[in-house]
Amino acid sequence: MFETIKLYYHKFGTPKYFYDLTSKMLPWLIGFTVVLLVPGVILGLGFAPMDEEQGHSYRIMFIHVPAASVAMSAYVMMALAGAIGLIWKMKMAEIVAKCCAPIGASFALLCLLTGSIWGKPTWGTWWVWDARLTSMLVLFFLFMGVIALNNAFESAQSAAKATALLSIVGVVNLPIIKYSVEWWNTLHQTASIKVTEGASMPAEMLTPLLMCIFGFYFLFSVLVVVASRAEVLEREQRSKWVKQLVMVE
Amino acid sequence: MNPKRKQRLIIVLGIVAGVSAAATFMGVALQENINLYFSPTDVAAGKAPLNKRIRVGGLVVAGSLKRGEQLDVTFDVTDSVESLTVQYDGILPDLFREGQGIIANGKLIESGVVVADEVLAKHDEEYMPPEVQDSLDKAKAQGKYSADL
Repeated sequence: MFETIKLYYHKFGTPKYFYDLTSKMLPWLIGFTVVLLVPGVILGLGFAPMDEEQGHSYRIMFIHVPAASVAMSAYVMMALAGAIGLIWKMKMAEIVAKCCAPIGASFALLCLLTGSIWGKPTWGTWWVWDARLTSMLVLFFLFMGVIALNNAFESAQSAAKATALLSIVGVVNLPIIKYSVEWWNTLHQTASIKVTEGASMPAEMLTPLLMCIFGFYFLFSVLVVVASRAEVLEREQRSKWVKQLVMVE
Repeated sequence: MNPKRKQRLIIVLGIVAGVSAAATFMGVALQENINLYFSPTDVAAGKAPLNKRIRVGGLVVAGSLKRGEQLDVTFDVTDSVESLTVQYDGILPDLFREGQGIIANGKLIESGVVVADEVLAKHDEEYMPPEVQDSLDKAKAQGKYSADL
């Protein structure tokens, strides 16, 4: 078991094998994304019952909640990959960490925008500076900071080092986002889906929501894989295998 | 693990631990400032300043909503320990109803009275289709279902 993990760790750590393995994985990832996200969104936006108090406007949660979840996970992945790149000098990890930033930023922005659109009819305001909203905005700025820092260096190596440090420092924001609604008085409500207590919504709403959440995760994996493959090709353009690949195709 | 990698791992873990500790201290020190609103208990305890813009939050007391001329409304807000009165002249959000959580933005003019210029509705984490709510209400009215939801 451990040997298999170690083998795949080393395989994924090598640009050529990463490229070959993801070529085989990509159709599956795209397949899962479509199978989960298309019916999830159709069920959520079209067929789930409306909410007693909010009417139809609650349906934005089928985009908002998955986007928020993926944005936070993207940050965890970016920081972890950054740390692996920093400690074990693994080039592939540096590439993945770099590719996570713009994708995570997009999901964070999507979360902020949909939340704001929902806030106006529900709360009566587009924005308040409560702990949840502010910490999520900080997450978006952290992603933007990482992107900017990545572009500020000539050499990919120093860029990877600097962004890994920034990402690791920013990890402290994640528990703040997650628990902000419990630690402080906020306008934002607490979580509706809790691992320990189940969900405070009926199955007709929960099923499409879970489909959307998992679908968003697969979408994220597709985006990261595609972006990383492009980055691999660019960085390895002088290597034999890339030249062969280009010649054959 | 070779010593160099081990050293780098320790540095990374050290950074995470250090930053977390710093953030915890800041969070605790700024507790009052990070809270978006004062609860009626805070106001009763004199934590909220008079004649300054503050936010107060709590549940609207059932039966306390009184409409005056035009858009004038007054209602009581409670956190089930203390309560205070909110005076407001404006359009209430759609989700405003008795028993709902709200946040009012305004001035505390005397102990227990807030003149608000903005009222926001707070939504809880419960989602429920109207039919389910109806049947729950009916069952409750007939006394079959008494659990507090």
